[in-house]
Amino acid sequence: MTNAVAELGSRSTSLIEGLGRVANFGGGLLASLFRRPSRFGFFLSALFNTGVLSIALICLSGFTVGMVLGLQLYTTLSRFGAEEGLGAVVGLSLIRELGPVLTGLLVTGRAGSAITAEIGAMKATEQLDGLRMMAIDPMHFVAMPRALALTLSMPLLNALFITLSFAGAYAVGVTLQGLDGGVYLAGLENAVRFGEDVGQSLLKSLVFGLLLGLIATYKGHACAPDAAGVARATTSTVVTASVCILLADYVITALWGV
Amino acid sequence: MESHSTRDLGVGFFVLIGLGALAYLSLQVGGLELGGQERIVLRATFDDIGGLSVRAPVRVAGVKVGQVSSIDLDDELRAQVSLEVESDLGLSIDSSAAIRTAGLLGDQFIAVELGGEDAVLQDGEEFTFTESALSIDKLIGRFIHDAGVSN
Repeated sequence: MTNAVAELGSRSTSLIEGLGRVANFGGGLLASLFRRPSRFGFFLSALFNTGVLSIALICLSGFTVGMVLGLQLYTTLSRFGAEEGLGAVVGLSLIRELGPVLTGLLVTGRAGSAITAEIGAMKATEQLDGLRMMAIDPMHFVAMPRALALTLSMPLLNALFITLSFAGAYAVGVTLQGLDGGVYLAGLENAVRFGEDVGQSLLKSLVFGLLLGLIATYKGHACAPDAAGVARATTSTVVTASVCILLADYVITALWGV
Repeated sequence: MESHSTRDLGVGFFVLIGLGALAYLSLQVGGLELGGQERIVLRATFDDIGGLSVRAPVRVAGVKVGQVSSIDLDDELRAQVSLEVESDLGLSIDSSAAIRTAGLLGDQFIAVELGGEDAVLQDGEEFTFTESALSIDKLIGRFIHDAGVSN
């Protein structure tokens, strides 16, 4: 009995301690954002790795998701004779929910895990310690450009994903199933509002990017400096970031108002 | 610098198509207006607005020219609706505003029917003639009532 209570106590303190470490790390990232020199070249390289190399995956996934949505919704809507609603349903569901969440999960798997593994391997091979010995802060040199690149590339990848999925739904709904193209686009454009829908989508993707950037770099820095530790940290990044993205999605949707 | 030029090109391309997609979503799909046309606010008072909501379209001859910006209750407990419309329409002062429904189940909108006067409605002025929303419930009720009376 006493053991169980003590166990609960130690778990609670380690949870709070972990949260405190993450917050501390986030504060350090924020502070190093404004420090000179600006490390713009490293930021560009990180943007290349997270953003440019994710374009193909995001475009392909977006187009396929759009095609599936077009097919499923068209057949369901046509049971009620409401095929004209396809544009509105596809537009709202993708812009508000599917776009930011799926982009967040895909980028987590594609780029977030790579960043954790990279920083973890640098730690395991004592490169981070080497940097510290040369009086270079690894936070400023390694973590900050990558976290910033993840945060900023997320909204752009999200917009790409959504645009491509509109094209996918168009390809199936209009080209294959024979819905009128004008009806689809008009339904899409009438249903979606900039302030509520596109704004919400942008806010979500920015928050997801920020969460992923923080989690991926923190897990890399905090990983145990050996091969198994890097593997655990990478897995942990994908799991933690995915759960955080899904939870944050609900919170933002609830706060924003449906 | 050789390897950097590929990187820079890739990042530039990425930012360009990302911003392009964002601009498409905001301007074309989301209907965001940058600067845009000048707008004036006209007011109209209705006995019953039915299911009219803020941002419902305002149409002249079926063409969208603006939207409902606010709906309030005035001192006499009638619905006071503000309409934000393009400023260069030149709606004559005896134009009328009617609440109509698009399709049987569709959204409600405000249809402006033109009058014949030369004078034009200015910013902040009010429509003299309005026509409230047509309620299917009320129509059916009246129909049943009239049928009962004639029997």
